[in-house]
Amino acid sequence: MAESVETENGEGGDASRRDFIHIAAGAAAVGAGAMLVWPLINSMNPAADTLALASIEFDMSKVQEGQQVVIKWQGKPVFVRYRTPREIQEAVVAPMSALKDPQADGDRIKAGHQQYLVLLGNCTHLGCIPTFGAGDFGGWFCPCHGSHYDTSGRIRKGPAPTNLVVPEYAYLSDTRIKIG
Amino acid sequence: MTLQTNIRAMKKTLVLIAAVAGLGLAAQPALAAGEKHTPRSGGFSFEGPFGTFDQGQLQRGYKVYREVCASCHSMDLMHFRTLAEPGGPFYESGQASPAENRFVKALAKEAQIGDIDTETGEPLMRDGTPADRFPNPYPNPTAAAAANGGAAPPDLSVMAKARHDGANYIYSLLTGYAAVPQGLQMRPGQNYNKYMSGDLTPFMPEGAEVPPGGFIAMANPLSTGQVTYDDETVASVDQMAKDVAAYIAWASDPKQVQRKQAGLGVMIFLFLFAGITYLSYRRIWKGVAH
Amino acid sequence: MSEHASTYVPKSGVEKWLDTRLPIIRFGADYMSLPTPKNLNYWYTFGGILALCLIVQIASGIILAMHYVPNTEMAFASVERIMRDVNGGDLIRYTHANGASMFFIAVYIHMLRGLYYGSYKAPREMIWIIGCLIFFLMIATAFLGYVLPWGQMSYWGAEVITNLIGAIPLIGEPVLIWLRGGPAIDNATLNRFFSLHYLLPFVIAGCVVLHLWALHTAGQNNPVGILIPKDREKKDMLPFHPYFTVKDGFAIILFLILFATFVFFMPTALGHADNYIPANPLVTPAHIVPEWYMLPFYAILRAIPDKFGGVVAMFAAIGVLFILPWLDTSKVRSMRYRPTMRTFFIIFVIVALILGWCGAQLPDAPVIGEFKTFILIDGDLNSYLWLTRFTTAYYFAFFLIIMPLVGLRETPQPIPATISEPVLSGGYAMTAAAPASAEKKG
Repeated sequence: MAESVETENGEGGDASRRDFIHIAAGAAAVGAGAMLVWPLINSMNPAADTLALASIEFDMSKVQEGQQVVIKWQGKPVFVRYRTPREIQEAVVAPMSALKDPQADGDRIKAGHQQYLVLLGNCTHLGCIPTFGAGDFGGWFCPCHGSHYDTSGRIRKGPAPTNLVVPEYAYLSDTRIKIG
Repeated sequence: MTLQTNIRAMKKTLVLIAAVAGLGLAAQPALAAGEKHTPRSGGFSFEGPFGTFDQGQLQRGYKVYREVCASCHSMDLMHFRTLAEPGGPFYESGQASPAENRFVKALAKEAQIGDIDTETGEPLMRDGTPADRFPNPYPNPTAAAAANGGAAPPDLSVMAKARHDGANYIYSLLTGYAAVPQGLQMRPGQNYNKYMSGDLTPFMPEGAEVPPGGFIAMANPLSTGQVTYDDETVASVDQMAKDVAAYIAWASDPKQVQRKQAGLGVMIFLFLFAGITYLSYRRIWKGVAH
Repeated sequence: MSEHASTYVPKSGVEKWLDTRLPIIRFGADYMSLPTPKNLNYWYTFGGILALCLIVQIASGIILAMHYVPNTEMAFASVERIMRDVNGGDLIRYTHANGASMFFIAVYIHMLRGLYYGSYKAPREMIWIIGCLIFFLMIATAFLGYVLPWGQMSYWGAEVITNLIGAIPLIGEPVLIWLRGGPAIDNATLNRFFSLHYLLPFVIAGCVVLHLWALHTAGQNNPVGILIPKDREKKDMLPFHPYFTVKDGFAIILFLILFATFVFFMPTALGHADNYIPANPLVTPAHIVPEWYMLPFYAILRAIPDKFGGVVAMFAAIGVLFILPWLDTSKVRSMRYRPTMRTFFIIFVIVALILGWCGAQLPDAPVIGEFKTFILIDGDLNSYLWLTRFTTAYYFAFFLIIMPLVGLRETPQPIPATISEPVLSGGYAMTAAAPASAEKKG
């Protein structure tokens, strides 16, 4: 690519492109470029204050039987539902074959606290918030495109592909949970 | 061009750059007569390119801030979780994250944070969590000024960067309360401090030598034994001043030590890179008269 | 010399396809093979360094803009959030702040190089003028950017500089209110300054494209200052890549070493402590000073006793640069061969440094020792006020009086016939048969 250059002692102008030193310099330049670019990209990852709000605690005694409370966690709604015994029964006896996304009710609650359901309140279709208690299965109904969820938050009818998501949570005491 | 002329040319460039940089560094405003003393050195461990913070000192400094200063001085830009950042006073090397640090959780719990009831919306006070900011002693700046004779106590979040030679200045100021010089007309509500900036010429009799320093609205905040240190260090005024100055210096820029350490790696890389590139340059230009 | 035939031959199918539709690879290949005078020294690497500075500032600035909040209630806190909570935020912020200083260090050296080697003279006037425009835009961008952290210096610097607009007779006051978006500097001002600060660097980038286009049209100057005729191209020129890409690369690494020293080890050294105090419209800082790179112009502003006169002088100090190609009457470009002019040039550099120093001083403060002499008009002779005035006088005299006169009066040293000559004869010794007439005009 470089034209040959006239020099006084006739050598050196056509430096060999394959000289190790040039490859080393080029490699170091690529390394330097990566070192410059990485912090810029990493700065777009969640910042320390966003990560600190990753967990919240909630007092379960605020929920009445048969009702739900909606709280905000990480910018999204979370349903905390206190199920009646009838609702729990309906969820437990539902056959796996009737479920689009088979999952036992027992896998969606914590042992000893099966009356409480903690679910992310976004429809797994396109994200709308389903309405409480509506729909054909007594759970939730999403008005946007007609997804029906049962009393365990599992999808039964409609375009949603999967059950309402159970977030990571744990019981700190009988009446207090930590989400996230 | 020979290596010698290369180096000479580069040296000229660097000298010029250094001259300009030196000018920038030295471009401090002129000092008027009767200026404050240059701050005394607190002998801090974090000064210099290889300095680090002494975690014990930071813990003691936090205690001084929390028990003495925080009743008037806010640190609005600090969160409890920042105390557990690497290099911070309560960092523990096994913690899941700064917000999960056990010391920080305990310290935050001691603070009462204003919030609203999630159901009724009524204002209430609740225990702090690591995600909370440090509570401000006053509800708003007007209240802060009103409670302090018209001068709101400045926020200390970045105080070490807001004053020239910040850490040493804070240390000097806190130990710089001295007897009122002969003939100095004191203004009501003011105290004399050798290290405070200001011009005391109007307050001295005509022709008298003007003492260094100025008036400060804050009375001497430290007294011996005011704080009981958990590590049994003697809480002299000098010690407390050093500790709280170090703590404020850390709080003003919590990542400074990590930055200096990263800088060392970067400089080593750059020098190697410069060397390799120079060799590449010489190889390319070999034999070309220029 | 500007019409350099393209030697690029597309090899692969993709290259051929692209070449007939958007010859971008041809453009790059031609750029890389561009014949460049082989005697360029390290002063010529600052153009490449400036390109790096612009890229660094734009990249770091765009990231900062993802986190910064241009509202008076939140600006200061949002910057501190970047410093504490955003991953790598402290590095990015300090890179951007120190990057501005590095940008100006490089641009001043670049401009002094242009002065010394006569790069502003025909046929390169447009390169110089566009360069002056870039410099002016840089100052504007830096001024706008410094307001954004909303510290004491941010606010009061904006107050002082915008008040200058108010000094313009007749239209000053209404324009000032229009500029600020209100009677005082407040949220409206901060928001629009943020918008303009984001905009101007891209205007600068566009001007840089024009700057390089003009450079490639007129041809690169060189330390000897002579045009290189076509028949000397093979002997006296080298392809831009790899000879000057690697040389520029090496210079950039050295520059990065200086840059990294500031960012990692003394990030606040070039700034002012007062800017870490949140802006307070009711409290004026003891000394309002701009950043170091604006100090010479700030000094010139304060040297003139009349407010509007000071504004005119400050803008004239930049404006005079634009007409430089027509002020210098010398036929010889490079000051290597103009010893008289070179002396005045060195004095000019020293004067510029002194002007910068004066810009940070109180006008009443004594220059030498503590003694007073006598009052000259409105200030003691031994004061920074008068030192500033004398150096300001030299600054303007250098361009408006010295350059035209010295060009006509001086006897330059003989210029070599080719750029290879000084090297081969072992120094700058000239042959007697190479007078100024060997230099092609125009």
